[in-house]
Amino acid sequence: MEYFLELFLGGLTRGSIYALIALGYTMVYGIIELINFAHGEIYMIGAFTALIVASVLTMLGWNHIAILLIASIVAVIYSSAYGYTVEKLAYKPLRQAPRLSALISAIGMSLFLQNYVLLAQTSDFLPFPSLIPDFKFWEPYSHIISSSELVILITTAIVMILLTFLIKFTKIGKAMRATAQDRNMAMLVGVDVDRVISVTFLVGSATAALGGVLIASHIGQINFYIGFIAGIKAFVAAVLGGIGSIPGAVLGSLVLGWTESFFTGYVSSDYEDVFAFLFLVFILIFRPAGILGRSETEKV
Amino acid sequence: MITFQEIKRSFLVSVWFMFLTFPIMVIRVNTVQNVIEWRWKNLLFVGIGSFILSFVWRYLIQRKEAGKKKAEAGEIDKMPLSQRIFEERKIFVPGLITLSVFALVFPFIFSLYQTNIMITGLIYVMLGLGLNIVVGLAGLLDLGYVAFYAVGAYSYALLNHHFGIGFWAALPIGAGMGALFGIILGFPVLRLRGDYLAIVTLGFGEIIRLILENWNEFSFGPSGIANIARPSFFGIQFSVQNATIYLYYIMIVLILFTIFVVNRLQNSRIGRAWIALREDEVACQAMGIDKRKTKLTAFALGATWAGMAGVIFAAKTTFINPASFTIWESIIILCIVVLGGMGSILGVILGALILILLPEYLRAFSEYRMLIFGVMLVATMVFCPGGIVPDIRRTYKFEGLQNNTKNNP
Repeated sequence: MEYFLELFLGGLTRGSIYALIALGYTMVYGIIELINFAHGEIYMIGAFTALIVASVLTMLGWNHIAILLIASIVAVIYSSAYGYTVEKLAYKPLRQAPRLSALISAIGMSLFLQNYVLLAQTSDFLPFPSLIPDFKFWEPYSHIISSSELVILITTAIVMILLTFLIKFTKIGKAMRATAQDRNMAMLVGVDVDRVISVTFLVGSATAALGGVLIASHIGQINFYIGFIAGIKAFVAAVLGGIGSIPGAVLGSLVLGWTESFFTGYVSSDYEDVFAFLFLVFILIFRPAGILGRSETEKV
Repeated sequence: MITFQEIKRSFLVSVWFMFLTFPIMVIRVNTVQNVIEWRWKNLLFVGIGSFILSFVWRYLIQRKEAGKKKAEAGEIDKMPLSQRIFEERKIFVPGLITLSVFALVFPFIFSLYQTNIMITGLIYVMLGLGLNIVVGLAGLLDLGYVAFYAVGAYSYALLNHHFGIGFWAALPIGAGMGALFGIILGFPVLRLRGDYLAIVTLGFGEIIRLILENWNEFSFGPSGIANIARPSFFGIQFSVQNATIYLYYIMIVLILFTIFVVNRLQNSRIGRAWIALREDEVACQAMGIDKRKTKLTAFALGATWAGMAGVIFAAKTTFINPASFTIWESIIILCIVVLGGMGSILGVILGALILILLPEYLRAFSEYRMLIFGVMLVATMVFCPGGIVPDIRRTYKFEGLQNNTKNNP
């Protein structure tokens, strides 16, 4: 039973991280129907910025909590700035173009950002300082779930709640929903669509950056390539839950996290990804629009 | 011509980029020795570079917009370059002759290394043309195309390893295996659309690769299969150099065959059905086209070429392992199709040659080549979103009508 609980919580942590990245995917997709391939790279840049800031501050001798906070904030700011710039450069000129052209542009951007970090920094794995301290009060439970995992879970939960609030109750959230439903109609009723899209990219990139900081300090090392793998996984999770739907992205990420965790724990780690993908295919056969996606009847 | 306003904008752009690239370009930390390296010089480069590039960028965007407006207003009735080449015999015939002569003598004027690169380029032309059927014509986004390529390559490698079957016998077998797997993939995804289809095909590609990597008894795992036989000529084995040249000619013939088949397919009943499916699924069904059959044939025929290309790849490198069939390959092939121009044969050929040969010749810039490659993908898509040679839509022109209105205003 304890082993089961361990796997369950391990899967939950994994799923939470996927969720932080998948949210950006699903929000962008919901609004401009673009698979934002460069999203994983934004997450990677977030992790790198945090690493750089944290190292500089460590050498200046700051304490851990302050470093964690400042590194996260700087990472969030920079990732958002990158997300915003990428949108303006690579996607905005392609609004009217065929969807696949925008996808290729995104792939190009992803390649560019990867190699930019590779050249400006290094191709080696860099050790990431474990910024999240081991809490004293949590010690009795730390054999089941470590403090850093706890922080990840709590942060993810807070981000989800804030995001739901943003989308459901604020003016910009309403504008986002309107744009997602029908961009032209939203424009007609006075929604500034360009601004909505920019805000979506900012918010999506910010959550990805948080994910980057958390996972990097949890795993303890990063390199320029982490974004690609994480991006693919998060994309799978977003589709699994029903792309465009925010609760769907969270659910899909958790399902993916658990699938991987249980399968690795009980069967074998070699075929972990095979099983995850087979599961995905299986779900999509029975629910072709994802777990929470509505299969809309197409109007002619 | 350059106003103060523009200089101000460019200045702001360059400040923005200097801010953006500051932590990654300027600071480098060495976490082992605890040293920070400050590279202020880079900041200057970024500032000046983005200042100049922002002028170029704005100019190009303006030109693109102007071109679009003119086209909308009907001021220029210019045919696309590709179409003009085909229609004007004076350019087309000598061009074709030069090209074929060049293709024929290529292995004799260039080194073995160049010929090898060219064979790789041609393999990707074949893959591009195959994927073009699925993505360009039928509009089904396939991110796992490399799976069929792997199936073809492993079919030949395993048959050769266990039973000593030669290249020529394996070629149709590989193609057939590709088609078979295409249908296997096609069945479960018939109901899916758009990006759900993309993700399932991506998953399929990864499943095939991971199985090849982990099932040691069957596929020899990550160490791969070595000593695969090169193609023979009626039982005669060539030396390495001659075998490469031989393979080059085989490739040229097969490419011509592919172009012929794809061209015929495109204008056939099934080709029209694919295009109808791409444009509008519901309307297409309403016209009485069997969606199931149409989609499955697209998958099967697309995969056939990948299977064949796989066999040739195995014969060329004589060694294969799962590392050659990662998702990046699928992405590159997709880039070939979209960058070249979806649905256009000439576009896909050009796209493949550019995308495969360019990184090879960019080796002079060694470490910067993937960076340049990425920038090129973005720039091409931003400035010509339809690809290098966009597909020409079949349109009926009412020429008589136009003349009448002109004559009687």
